[in-house]
Amino acid sequence: MILFFLTSGLFLGWSLGANDAANVFGTAVGSKMIRFKTAAAVSAFFVVVGAVHGGSGAADTLGNLGAVNAIAGSFIVAFSAAFTVFWMTRIKLPVSTSQAIVGAIIGWNLFSGSPTDYDSLTKIVLTWVVCPMLSGVIAALLFAVFRFYLNRVKVHLLRVDMHTRLGLLLVGAFGSYSLGANNIANVMGVFVPAHPFGEISFFGLLTLSGTQVLFLLGGMAIAVGIFTYSHKVIDTVGTSVMRISPVVALVVVLAQSIVLFVFASEGLEGWLLSHGLPAVPLVPVSSSHAVVGAVIGIGLVKGGRGIRYGVLGEIGAGWVATPVVAGVITFVALFFLQNVFDQKVYEPRGLASEPVVEQLMSPRETTSEMSVLNGRVSDGGEDSRARASS
Amino acid sequence: MAILFRSTKALEGQIDDYLDAVSQGMIVFVEGIKDYLAGDQARFGERIKNIGVLESRADNLRRDIENSLYSQSLIPEHRGDVLGLLESMDDVIDTAKETLQQFSVENPYIPEGLNGDFLELARVATQAAETVVAATRAFFRDLNAVKDHLHKTYFFEKEADKTGDRLKRKVFQMEALDLAQKIHLRYFALHIDNIADEAEAVADRLAIYSIKRTI
Repeated sequence: MILFFLTSGLFLGWSLGANDAANVFGTAVGSKMIRFKTAAAVSAFFVVVGAVHGGSGAADTLGNLGAVNAIAGSFIVAFSAAFTVFWMTRIKLPVSTSQAIVGAIIGWNLFSGSPTDYDSLTKIVLTWVVCPMLSGVIAALLFAVFRFYLNRVKVHLLRVDMHTRLGLLLVGAFGSYSLGANNIANVMGVFVPAHPFGEISFFGLLTLSGTQVLFLLGGMAIAVGIFTYSHKVIDTVGTSVMRISPVVALVVVLAQSIVLFVFASEGLEGWLLSHGLPAVPLVPVSSSHAVVGAVIGIGLVKGGRGIRYGVLGEIGAGWVATPVVAGVITFVALFFLQNVFDQKVYEPRGLASEPVVEQLMSPRETTSEMSVLNGRVSDGGEDSRARASS
Repeated sequence: MAILFRSTKALEGQIDDYLDAVSQGMIVFVEGIKDYLAGDQARFGERIKNIGVLESRADNLRRDIENSLYSQSLIPEHRGDVLGLLESMDDVIDTAKETLQQFSVENPYIPEGLNGDFLELARVATQAAETVVAATRAFFRDLNAVKDHLHKTYFFEKEADKTGDRLKRKVFQMEALDLAQKIHLRYFALHIDNIADEAEAVADRLAIYSIKRTI
């Protein structure tokens, strides 16, 4: 039954692998710089590594937003997000898995009566806005540096090609790691509070915590998505949507990877904090938006011609539409699963923790014990009033 | 990866050799015309052999380069352009070889007063070809320098047209020649001028490919 409930997350992982891997290797494969099989193998491996090794940071932020505490609830949250992504993609609306899952979690919060952590929500929404902008700025800077370098250094066309190829492979590996680290939260984040896995040791060499085992499964689902379906998406991304040169592709993927890494790396967060710098929030972001931001950033450096500014409006609309749709679907689906299939979709819990409730309920606790407070005044209350009257 | 870099280096060498062959072909062509005008048939025959060797060497190199580009799927973004470039460059040396061959076969009578004009036409036409070879080298290594060479190609092509025109007018004004000889000489002036036209065709392609290559 537990494995059945996990399937919605695995499905979400599969669709993420099919769609988002194209952002990392699409242009490289589409422009025939790297063979699909090579790209898929490298991408799958590094997505899994990223998910297991660096996935916890962004997952924690999603956990703060709302801890889905019953596995049937997690199933519905992941399923609704996956369905939203699938449906909005079908009707050709730009969609991001990150936004769908956030909307779905809030839908669960509303249904279960759990409070939504508005600090986390603000952090997440601000990051969505910052992500394409940051990607655009990074891409513009990188592009300017690359152009400066390539225009001045006299390197043979064939050698530039060889270095670009190598660069695309390395950056693709880094991008896949970042994608795994950042986006595994979308796929498996909602299962973290409710999963049944324990620690697993591989021949005493490598020990994975329960959550890491969960992320390993999610990473493998993404990898399957890459191998089975990303080829079709890559064909579109690589050949028709964005007709960009391999060198520009390298810059786009590098900028996107850096952004995803920045929003996923606990190491970077620790380093920034230890140097007294403001930490970057660890939030799952959309790789597609990062790509669009990067392409627009490069377009602006090139003089601003041929940029489809309409895409920005579509992204903005997606920020509102996707979470709302996912939230509504989650709410309805939870109602359905709870009342029709009689499944427990959340563990009821109060605002106070159990020990606190016990303490409050204990018979020793009577109001008479509060008599010690008699006559005591605080600075702002009785005390100030007493002073005013005297 | 080291193997790939090694094969890239070998291919760079082949492209350079190919362009060397075309450039040397132009030098041999001018020397051949000089020998023909001087009536030195033995040396002229040598030049025809030389240009034939260079032309077939260029052909083989071009085929090898094209084969490597596609079999190793190198420069996918530009290999179509490079292929077109090398093939149109091949027309330059082909035209030069054909023209010398026609001198050998048809043995046109050139009055002494026209020697200087024919030689000048050959020099200007091959200069157009040599500058386009330099522009092609720059296309591979130093994109900014392509323009510096291309404007020279266009200049020499126009000069070749003017020189050819002057030569033909001179030919048709010569009363000592009969019409058949005049037409025969016009035909040879046209052939030499064709080398510059082929060079211009390469230059036109290069101008577009250079824009495509800028990132």
